[in-house]
Amino acid sequence: MHLPAWRFGKPYESLERDTLVHFLTGEPVAEVSQVGGAIVGRDLQKAGQARAALMALDPEDVVERLQTAGNLYANGTVTVGGEPQSPERFVKCQSATTGLPESLCRANMQKNMFVLSNMDRILDALSRGLDPAILWTGHGVEHRGVTVSYQAQSPVLGLVLPSNSPGVHTLWLPVVALGMGLVMKPGSQEPWTPYRMAAAMVEAGIPAEAISLYPGPTDVGAAVLAGCGRSMIFGSAKTVEQYRGNPRVQVHGPGFSKLILGDDCVDDWERYLDVMAESVAINSGRGCINASAIYASRHTKAIADALAARLGPIEVKPPDDPEAKLAAFTIPGAAKAIWGQIEGLLKAPGVTHATAPYGDRFVEGERCGWLRPVVVHATNPEPEITRAEYMFPFVTVVECPQERVLEKIGPTLVGTVITDDEDFQRRLIDCTHIDRLNLGPIPTTKLDWLQPHEGNIIDFLYRSRALQVAAPVGATA
Amino acid sequence: MSVTATRPPVFEVATPEQVAAARATLDAHTVEMMAWHFHESTGCPFWLEYAKSLTFNPLTEVTCYDDLKKFPPFEDEWLRGGPVRRWVPKGMADQPMYVFETGGTTGIPKSRVNSRDFRTDYEMFSDTLPEEFFPRGANWLMLGPSGPRRLRLSIEHLAQYRGGICFCVDLDPRWVIKLIQKGWMEHLEAYKQHCIDQAITILEAGHDVRCMFTTPKLLEALALALEKRGTTLRKAGITGIFSGGTEFTPQWTRFAVEEFLDGAYMTPTYGNTLMGLAASRPVVPADGYTIAYYAPQPRAVIEVVDFDDRDAVVPYGATGRVRLTTLTKETFIPGFLERDEGERELPYVKYPWDGISGVRPFRELAATTTVGVY
Repeated sequence: MHLPAWRFGKPYESLERDTLVHFLTGEPVAEVSQVGGAIVGRDLQKAGQARAALMALDPEDVVERLQTAGNLYANGTVTVGGEPQSPERFVKCQSATTGLPESLCRANMQKNMFVLSNMDRILDALSRGLDPAILWTGHGVEHRGVTVSYQAQSPVLGLVLPSNSPGVHTLWLPVVALGMGLVMKPGSQEPWTPYRMAAAMVEAGIPAEAISLYPGPTDVGAAVLAGCGRSMIFGSAKTVEQYRGNPRVQVHGPGFSKLILGDDCVDDWERYLDVMAESVAINSGRGCINASAIYASRHTKAIADALAARLGPIEVKPPDDPEAKLAAFTIPGAAKAIWGQIEGLLKAPGVTHATAPYGDRFVEGERCGWLRPVVVHATNPEPEITRAEYMFPFVTVVECPQERVLEKIGPTLVGTVITDDEDFQRRLIDCTHIDRLNLGPIPTTKLDWLQPHEGNIIDFLYRSRALQVAAPVGATA
Repeated sequence: MSVTATRPPVFEVATPEQVAAARATLDAHTVEMMAWHFHESTGCPFWLEYAKSLTFNPLTEVTCYDDLKKFPPFEDEWLRGGPVRRWVPKGMADQPMYVFETGGTTGIPKSRVNSRDFRTDYEMFSDTLPEEFFPRGANWLMLGPSGPRRLRLSIEHLAQYRGGICFCVDLDPRWVIKLIQKGWMEHLEAYKQHCIDQAITILEAGHDVRCMFTTPKLLEALALALEKRGTTLRKAGITGIFSGGTEFTPQWTRFAVEEFLDGAYMTPTYGNTLMGLAASRPVVPADGYTIAYYAPQPRAVIEVVDFDDRDAVVPYGATGRVRLTTLTKETFIPGFLERDEGERELPYVKYPWDGISGVRPFRELAATTTVGVY
């Protein structure tokens, strides 16, 4: 199979191709055309046509077509790379090149389908009930009788996509419904979701000229970011730092998501073990919304041991085993290097390895590696390991007095806080370094799609501004 | 000769007689260069001193090019730091000398002394340029690295040699590399734009500029900037483009030809301060836009050698590291391992010796090498 680039709907076969191979066998799975940044820069000069193609449709039609696309994506056979691709074939390919167990590939498909299927509700929630036509015309009158204007900040959204978790694609799915085209640089190991999604959208009637796919090296990402008025990039903490404060770029990096047990609930910690385990380990711990630390003022050793007893025995299984829960690290040497780093951090005073009794954590394969779940206990929040996040089930249970928790947790994408202490809840609500706040035993990984994620995407793509229209001559105010 | 290339060549391969004749010229030239560089009256202080440590006599025991393998590996670290005069042959000590630098983003750059070599190299290269696209008397634009690099002077000389006048834009590649290493991508973009703006100003100023040198990345940036203004390189007057940089790929060249050159002719080159300039055989769709370079033999020789055996040339079509030998009266550099790799190419009728295609950063160094935008 060959995946060509897609230049606003036109397939383009490059002379340069990357061969994606099966992470276990090394067998070729697909060839992917590789383009350069210059092609992106040239095409983006005509990005206005992508938005114009969407503007030619009724906004409600677009939403309906996206709902159809969601169904096609999850259940239909669509044409990808010139070949029919069933959902099962998609799952096999995605698992083969990313190392994700097939069961997790299927679960992520359901997430993406859910967002597309509920696009009308999601838009209504994110726009606070705004008539979608206002985004098309640029202005209109709200139900309160007030004139509002939303100005598009770019005709397209640029996307520099990751390979680690297909679930992150939920973040950009509303973009087409907001009247903007898509300019995607797919993750090098995971082109599957963007390609299948694009194919499903086009088959459902979304104009092909609204969508671009540019697989290629890093300069393609740079060209996407340079050429699009608004972009999303997924990357490391370094990437986050690089684009911090750039209003054109929304950057998604490590989440450092956390669970906090309040003093009033911590004595009942055993009741919340399921929530903790799910937060740490679901989706192979790959997401930014997986918890990487659990904070409590007491019982932390017992919590770490209980969590280790729950997660420690999880074994590596073949990717097609329905019970497989661990994804492979497909970059040679990556798992070993990460384990080496963790071993170093475990040597700090006050740090113990709770999953040590459950066997080796690093599992070496012929062409890849795995890391089995790691639970760490820290007697205080100072050791560096309390601020570590890795792309597998990894968590540090940190002993820390409640009054110091907010000062110590650092940036937190999702904070689940189990407490009924209203004063503590008040301080949590006001805490600006927690992005998504869950009050009560809600897994950090359970997202309410009707709420914004790392900022409201509509506020990112549109500027709410003043627009006045003079009354017709002769009319009275 | 073993050939591992999977398809028959679509270019005119040199005949065995042509290859043999070129080899004989190289052998004779090698002996002549030994007589110059290792004679007390003409050689440079570095080589005369170095010769004392050799177990053979270069004056009598180098009788052909292959005998240069007797020299221990050339260490490019020798080119860093002074005194620079130790590289000036006594035979030309009274000549005006230039020093050109390479690298130098951090630390001491490598330097090479030059008197007339750069002029000779570019005069030879001039003979390869098609008159139709690089008309004599036309003015040139030099949109590439300036400062202590030889390229700026070389392009200016090329323009003058062909009867034209060269307009130049300042470009500091060391700053470009620092911007990339620091991750200051907005500054990088702004600096690039600053250079492109100056180029467009020159092109729009009525100077009848028809030829230019630039790098692939600046060429695409210039073409896109012109396209935004509703024009093209060709409509801006450019008919011939001489471009250099290891980042040339067949795909990029195809994209340039199909989408933005607008009929302007582009000739890729591969070169550096140590070697000079390698021209390419014509780049055509039928050859998959393969870019194959040929060194200016006998003044410089490129060999594609085994990654583990620097003296073993790989079979045709196979991949190896670039080994460079410079043999001019100004400079002798035997068997220097370049920071590039590529595939060995069959001799071409116009250049009846080995070529190299697919030039890219050497795999073991690529991870630590920053390729600039210049």
